[in-house]
Amino acid sequence: MNNGNRIDEMFAKRLASGEKALITFVTAGDPDLETTRQLVLKMEESGADLVELGVPYSDPIAEGPVIQEANIRALKNDVRLDKLFKLVSDLRKDTHIPLVFLLYVNCILQYGKAEFFDSCLQHGLDGVIVPDLPFEESDEIYEEAHRKGIKLIRLVAPSSAARIEMIAAQAEGFLYCVSSLGVTGMRSNFNTNFSDFFGQINKVKRAPCALGFGISTPEQVKELKKYCDGIIVGSAIVKKIATAPTNREAIASVSEFICDLRTALDER
Amino acid sequence: MNITKGRYGLFGGQYVPETLMNALIELEKAYEYYCKDKDFQSELTNYLKEYAGRPSLLYYADRLTRKLGGAKIYLKREDLNHTGSHKINNVLGQVLLAKKMGKKRVIAETGAGQHGVATATAATLFGLGCEIFMGREDTERQALNVFRMNLLGASVRAVDSGTATLKDAVNEAMREWTARVNDTFYVLGSVMGPHPYPMMVRDFQTVIGYEVKEQMLKEIGQLPDYLIACVGGGSNAIGLFHPFLDDQKVKMIGVEAAGLGLDTSRHAATITKGSIGVFHGMKSFFLQDSEGQILPVHSISAGLDYPGIGPEHAFLHDIGRVEYSSSTDNEALAAFQLLAQTEGIIPAIESAHAVAHAVKIAPDMDRDKIIVINLSGRGDKDVQEVARYLEVKSDE
Repeated sequence: MNNGNRIDEMFAKRLASGEKALITFVTAGDPDLETTRQLVLKMEESGADLVELGVPYSDPIAEGPVIQEANIRALKNDVRLDKLFKLVSDLRKDTHIPLVFLLYVNCILQYGKAEFFDSCLQHGLDGVIVPDLPFEESDEIYEEAHRKGIKLIRLVAPSSAARIEMIAAQAEGFLYCVSSLGVTGMRSNFNTNFSDFFGQINKVKRAPCALGFGISTPEQVKELKKYCDGIIVGSAIVKKIATAPTNREAIASVSEFICDLRTALDER
Repeated sequence: MNITKGRYGLFGGQYVPETLMNALIELEKAYEYYCKDKDFQSELTNYLKEYAGRPSLLYYADRLTRKLGGAKIYLKREDLNHTGSHKINNVLGQVLLAKKMGKKRVIAETGAGQHGVATATAATLFGLGCEIFMGREDTERQALNVFRMNLLGASVRAVDSGTATLKDAVNEAMREWTARVNDTFYVLGSVMGPHPYPMMVRDFQTVIGYEVKEQMLKEIGQLPDYLIACVGGGSNAIGLFHPFLDDQKVKMIGVEAAGLGLDTSRHAATITKGSIGVFHGMKSFFLQDSEGQILPVHSISAGLDYPGIGPEHAFLHDIGRVEYSSSTDNEALAAFQLLAQTEGIIPAIESAHAVAHAVKIAPDMDRDKIIVINLSGRGDKDVQEVARYLEVKSDE
């Protein structure tokens, strides 16, 4: 099954050819699970290397308005973890793209830690990003995840300062580098000194690092790619899905957007 | 109990986005320094005395006692504090700490508006900027408190996300803190959230219990048999209970909001009906579904309308030191009127939940037993809402 290594293999391949990874995010079940399935496949076709599936939550405290609203839409569709695992299984019939869940720790705890990571392994999920689980609390799930070969993607932020060393040293899969203070959502500029931030990260990093939060245009991708091994785009994609008149147009518009991001990322 | 990680048994912890971790560590260090600093403590004590009006009275409710015909009932009059509730105890501590830490601006969530008003007051007193997050629904039920906060120079941000009540105000305040973690101090209003808040807020509120202890010993030479307090997040309750935890003879009852009844889905009785989970930075009891989604809650009282409870309460429940019970909207309404009519004291509808529990248990107790009820706030803010409820009831 080679589970969990899909992330490592993807980064190894991209980095070996001097390329960067494009990581995309969608809220699973927004507007519906079948559209999410098609979106994932289309995003891969358009140049995405890894897809984060946001697990809808009632109180997503790390999310800005765009993804909050997507969560509410998805919850109205009664999107439950069992259905999301089925989505992953269905996707695995068609793709080997690394897939990770972005979800809040309470979802894992209520599902049952052992059962949750069993299901991840069984259905073909590669990792989890848990925005409300800082390094100090990560023992809560680390062992269960590790035992099943599911990567726990760790996050560092510009405010992490001296904590970067401790966190980056434990990174696996990739290190999620938060671009700036605040919640997710499109930003027109960043007040972070990226040279310093990545200077600190690169001194200790054990896994590829990907930059996310607020990145929404090909221009930003061009400007920021030099600092990191991958770029993460979320809210801008979710917004395109939300504003498209039909699901078909949503998929088309996301596809076009991903192609543009890919081009920006691959431009030498 | 591992204090360094802010654990109370298995409850507590720091489940927050990485962006906030250094802010929590900075806060923890600053608090640890200042809570042992004599100058800070005497400055705070001085504000509590000269500005907030402490110590608050411990009042023997003779007419209520005779009416119920059992245990003697004392009321700890936190309603007489400046700004009208126990909230000022915590807020003066935190905002003074914010000032010492060099923060320029404070933010806070509020449900009923009492914590928001108290925070706006303290921010004005210490010359800091202030923004209050309040669920849209609560800004409507407590419009007067919105005006009060504005009058005090604070801006109030109405929160439309989620259920537009207290939990969503907390979500939004945490999001705002994430964005402005460098210059902003988050004044959390209860013994909840990530460490060090449950510990720090408890410490600031224990002034209630220490005063009760001293007042009881001085006035009647013995400790009370029962302490009763309402519990939302649980700050007024822990403030009363904590100094008595080692006095094994003193029984304690935390009263949750049973809303329309525990057999309905419209209540906020977290310990009674909830399960263990992680939310708002802490591991505790929450009202949630099997997928961990936080459920909508209901109480007549905006201050108890919260799906969680502070982690130390979860622990005290777990070890059986404190009993947790609940009062319905109707029981609280009846107690609200009873206290007004017997003692001439209009309690906050939150505090009326505690009074309602005393009404249930006092008549069956011996007359030499003593109950202390924490009258955590005054009811001026609630009279309009109560009038509306009573009108609806008389129409039914």
